[in-house]
Amino acid sequence: MSDVVEKTLTALPGLLSLDSQPGSNKLSSSSKLGNLIRGITELTSKHEEEKLIQRELTSIKEQVSSPNTSMRQMKELMVRAIYCEMLGYEASFSYIHAIKLAQQGTAREKRVGYLAVSLFLNESHELLLLLVNTVLKDLQSTNLIEVCMALTVVGQIFPKDMIPAILPLVEEKLNHPKEIIRRKAVLALYKFYLIAPNQVQHIHNKFRKALCDKDPGVMTASLHIYLQLIEENPEGYKDLTTSFVTILKQVVGGKLPMDFNYHSVPAPWLQIQLLRILCLLGKNDQSTSEIMYEVLDESLRRAEINHNITYAILFECVKCIYTIHPKSELLEKAAKCIGNFVLSPKINLKYLGLKALTYVVQQDPKLALQHQMTIIECLDHPDLIIKRETLELLFRITNAQNVTVIVDKMLEFLRINKDDYTTIDLVGKVAELAEKYAPDNEWFIETMSTVFSVGGDTMQPDIPNSFLKLLSEGFDSVEEDRKLRLFAVDSYVSLLQGEPGKLPQRFLQVISWVLGEYSCLRADLEVDTVLRLLAKLLDMKTTSSETKSWRAQELQHLSQDPELRARVLPRHTGLEPLEVDSSLSFLDGFVSEALAAGAAPYKPRHQRQEELAQAKALSLEPYGLSLPLSMSSCSITDRQSPTLLSISSGLSGNSNDLSHKGGSSSLRLDGVKRVWGREGYLAQREPAEESAHVEVPSALRSPSQQGGADGSHSQTPTQTPTPEPELEKQQLASSLFVGLGSHSSVCLMGKSEPTPQRFRRKARSPASSSGASENISHSLVSPPITGLAAANGSCDEELPDSDVKGSSPSLIGDDALVAADPAPREEPPKDLLLSSYLPAELSGLSHSEITPLSSDQSLDLSACHVQKEGDLVLVVFIYNSSDSDVQQILLQLDSEELEVSCECDGAVGGARGHSVAVCQYSLSVKRPSVHVELVGTVSYQFPAGTPQSGQFSYKLPLSSFIRPLTLSTEEYGTMWLDFSHDTKQNLTLISDDPEPLAASLSVLKKKLQLHVVEIIGMEGIVACRLLQDQPCLMHCRLHAGTLAVWLRSPVPDLPDCLMYFCQRALQEH
Amino acid sequence: MMRFLLLFSRQGKLRLQKWFTPVSDREKKKVIRDMMLLVLARQPRSCNFLHWRDLKIVYKRYASLYFCSGLENNDNELLALEVLHRYVELLDKYFGNVCELDLIFNFEKAYYILDEFLMGGEVLETSKVAVSDSMEEADTLQETMEEYMSKPTY
Repeated sequence: MSDVVEKTLTALPGLLSLDSQPGSNKLSSSSKLGNLIRGITELTSKHEEEKLIQRELTSIKEQVSSPNTSMRQMKELMVRAIYCEMLGYEASFSYIHAIKLAQQGTAREKRVGYLAVSLFLNESHELLLLLVNTVLKDLQSTNLIEVCMALTVVGQIFPKDMIPAILPLVEEKLNHPKEIIRRKAVLALYKFYLIAPNQVQHIHNKFRKALCDKDPGVMTASLHIYLQLIEENPEGYKDLTTSFVTILKQVVGGKLPMDFNYHSVPAPWLQIQLLRILCLLGKNDQSTSEIMYEVLDESLRRAEINHNITYAILFECVKCIYTIHPKSELLEKAAKCIGNFVLSPKINLKYLGLKALTYVVQQDPKLALQHQMTIIECLDHPDLIIKRETLELLFRITNAQNVTVIVDKMLEFLRINKDDYTTIDLVGKVAELAEKYAPDNEWFIETMSTVFSVGGDTMQPDIPNSFLKLLSEGFDSVEEDRKLRLFAVDSYVSLLQGEPGKLPQRFLQVISWVLGEYSCLRADLEVDTVLRLLAKLLDMKTTSSETKSWRAQELQHLSQDPELRARVLPRHTGLEPLEVDSSLSFLDGFVSEALAAGAAPYKPRHQRQEELAQAKALSLEPYGLSLPLSMSSCSITDRQSPTLLSISSGLSGNSNDLSHKGGSSSLRLDGVKRVWGREGYLAQREPAEESAHVEVPSALRSPSQQGGADGSHSQTPTQTPTPEPELEKQQLASSLFVGLGSHSSVCLMGKSEPTPQRFRRKARSPASSSGASENISHSLVSPPITGLAAANGSCDEELPDSDVKGSSPSLIGDDALVAADPAPREEPPKDLLLSSYLPAELSGLSHSEITPLSSDQSLDLSACHVQKEGDLVLVVFIYNSSDSDVQQILLQLDSEELEVSCECDGAVGGARGHSVAVCQYSLSVKRPSVHVELVGTVSYQFPAGTPQSGQFSYKLPLSSFIRPLTLSTEEYGTMWLDFSHDTKQNLTLISDDPEPLAASLSVLKKKLQLHVVEIIGMEGIVACRLLQDQPCLMHCRLHAGTLAVWLRSPVPDLPDCLMYFCQRALQEH
Repeated sequence: MMRFLLLFSRQGKLRLQKWFTPVSDREKKKVIRDMMLLVLARQPRSCNFLHWRDLKIVYKRYASLYFCSGLENNDNELLALEVLHRYVELLDKYFGNVCELDLIFNFEKAYYILDEFLMGGEVLETSKVAVSDSMEEADTLQETMEEYMSKPTY
């Protein structure tokens, strides 16, 4: 063996001389490494390779530990050891020698030593501590190469705890005369910042120095740090905006040395870094955004060369333009640019085009319409990655009308997809869409069944949990709940009768639970049948013990008392634990067996949910630690405060997406479930919705029409007769993109509401039936054209301020806005006149505008509501416009959301000719909804005539029921913990005020009558109550230029509704 | 920020691995295996981007070698593609018409070049001239601070 070493050594001088010449690899073939490599390539089997390497490693081991091995030999040995490790064979014996080599070798040997160390060791390896001294020494070396090597290794791998030891030396290097060393020092500091930010906090001013370095490379390196810093605190660096803009201007203008060009594009890496920084700075900040418009325009214009790198810049540009405060001219250009991506024949650009579309589509749905045919093509693309990206895009544009098609496509993809990560993600999205937009029961249950089968046991556990919660809690109508449950039972029974062995465990658990709870709803279903099916599952060998224990318990439930279970359960029974007082001996065996096998003991459903809620409370509690002691104190509050948990993306879809991954998405479930219930029924029941869709721009109706309308952008052939497959695509297009156009005209004006759909379910009147668009621009939806005699006297939701006008300053501060009369008809008793009929005890209080409800030849009905401190009173004025007296006037009011109590039992009695009768009702909220609606009928009779009747409805915002709730910070703290329903969202901040938080809160206080409990630094706590005495607590925090709001209440939906009003109040300000 | 860079052959032999964030050995093995499975299975005219867990994968094939990088979520895919390309250009300049064999026999040089080009997962130097200069300097390893300071400034 030593012979061989000798031979190699004699060859070394030659090796060295050639080594220093770039581009030579000839000699290495005669080196030992060369021999090894060639030896390996000649082998045919893995086994032989293993043998060879083991032999090699033994020989290396022998030599490295020999005291006679020189550093030069050691270097050669180390290279071979690295090679063996790369092939997957461990050479841990050489690690210590690698460090030694770095310590003791000459520069050339050191280099190999450092390389070996950085490849062999990871950041937590104990040997790394031995490296610290070597690095210290080399940082102080006069040899520039050694300094460079030390900085490189520091940037690659360095123990966190030892950073303080070398930090001063690295800092010092920021002043080094050679730019490459300054650059490396900056990047090393960047690395430190990433792994231990608090250790470099004191040198932030040095970063500024690096930013102003005369070498553009050093400046570029410093931008990495700035991007991080700004991402964490955009407010702190607004003053640098002008500098960044100036730099970008110079770069784009080609002022940098040619060295920085890449394929004749000036410093693209620098450009992109700057664009990202500007994007963060300009987000939600109009004045800062204005500084950068010009340079963004310039960047778009200059990037014309058809090269990947230009497209990379354009992509960042577009992202930036759509993130900062919008400017229509730029948005237009950016949209055109996205078009270039999407329409490009290059697949990589198409992919990014889809990404860009996904990013902007919620602000600018028109773009998706423009490119619908390309999107359809991408949906059928053979490359699954493209397909997946297209589905992501479709997910963002899903609405109640296209949900079935889109979910179909997603499920289709899921069936061929093999990647677990994608499956988990996509399954979550399908479940979310299904809950939000399901058109009917059958579809919902079937879709969820597919989700459970495809998602298998890898899917997020919150999907089945929320599904069961949804089934058990129900929605609006008992009848619909029953139907849904019944359908679930039916479809599960037939699934079990098929091949239950193929179903995943999670799905079987869901099935057994549902059958256990609800199979009694199906009267003709024999309990025996169900029992047999479930028992069969128990016998299956594959069944996990957890599933068994679920099932055994459900069986027990079932067999207890079929009669009890057979009756239709009232709405709330589902939530209460059933009393089971006897145990079934034949099942005990199974249960104990399952328990013995390690299964969790059965917990009743309410207990499970409680535990779930507790878990949630524990992990997300902002006040658990800091309140009531002090809210402002320390970083604990910070770390646990809501904003860091909620994802502050401008796109709601995005945040949903993320919260899925995070797994803490109770918010999503609460917010979503009732949408589904209502949504389904709304679509079927209300013909008026159809009329609303007719108002949608005709572009939607058919792609070819759209082609005509959209001229330049459309690629749809307009005149030529379309071939069959083309037609298919167009049909698909029209089913996919339906419902998108209605907001298109707003897109350039500003950003759309972050979560428009959430409020859909609250809308009941025809005027607001096209949900999402209603939130964005009411004017797009034409006023309701109802053929009925009754007009809908609804308080204009666009102007929540105006629905209350009156004298009491304590309740209302801003009554400057007065809504136009919704129905400017001939209305004999004018407002002023009618208001004089207000009962005396109400006349001093503020009341909403008096709106007409209905009228016919003899009776005119109007109404208003009056806010009392502890009550909300609805006053109905009945004006008899005929000459004769009217008798037996009977008013009946009904509402799904409200409790209506009448002070006159609904019978008004009579009204003389040309006189007014007044009727008062006291309203309280049964179930919160953004707008609550009353439906009423009035019937009356003339002395000599047939009974007459008419219908009317009255709508009022939930905010009328909100009252301040006065409490102390301590009380707030304890209450906060008790409430289980919550929602989080980032709202626009009133940023033109020196104290944005205080200003925003005072707006909320003024408009919504909230009580500001305390403002501490960046955070504020606010409380209010919903009549009668249902509290809702609000926690606000300044975060990234937005107001991060977290609402909590014991009342379901109340946080969501209040969030809506807060959002409106702040936006209108 | 780039998380890792892998070079492997069409036969699934690893030629170079660089990890820019701490990763355990076991995890490294898993990533390498997954990347080879994913990338080698791609059809010729597919796009160069993939998803893997929460990372974006950008890969490109040069002759018999695949260059494969893992990026964080907000990184720009096209830019990463150009990073790979620039690395190939740098290798090419150094070795002169680089081929897989150059990288097999001189893999440590490939690492050195990479270290001059990327640091901590970010681009350190984009200029071809500058990288080959510092490679040359490091290769000759003679220059000292004194000599540098005594050089005429430009």
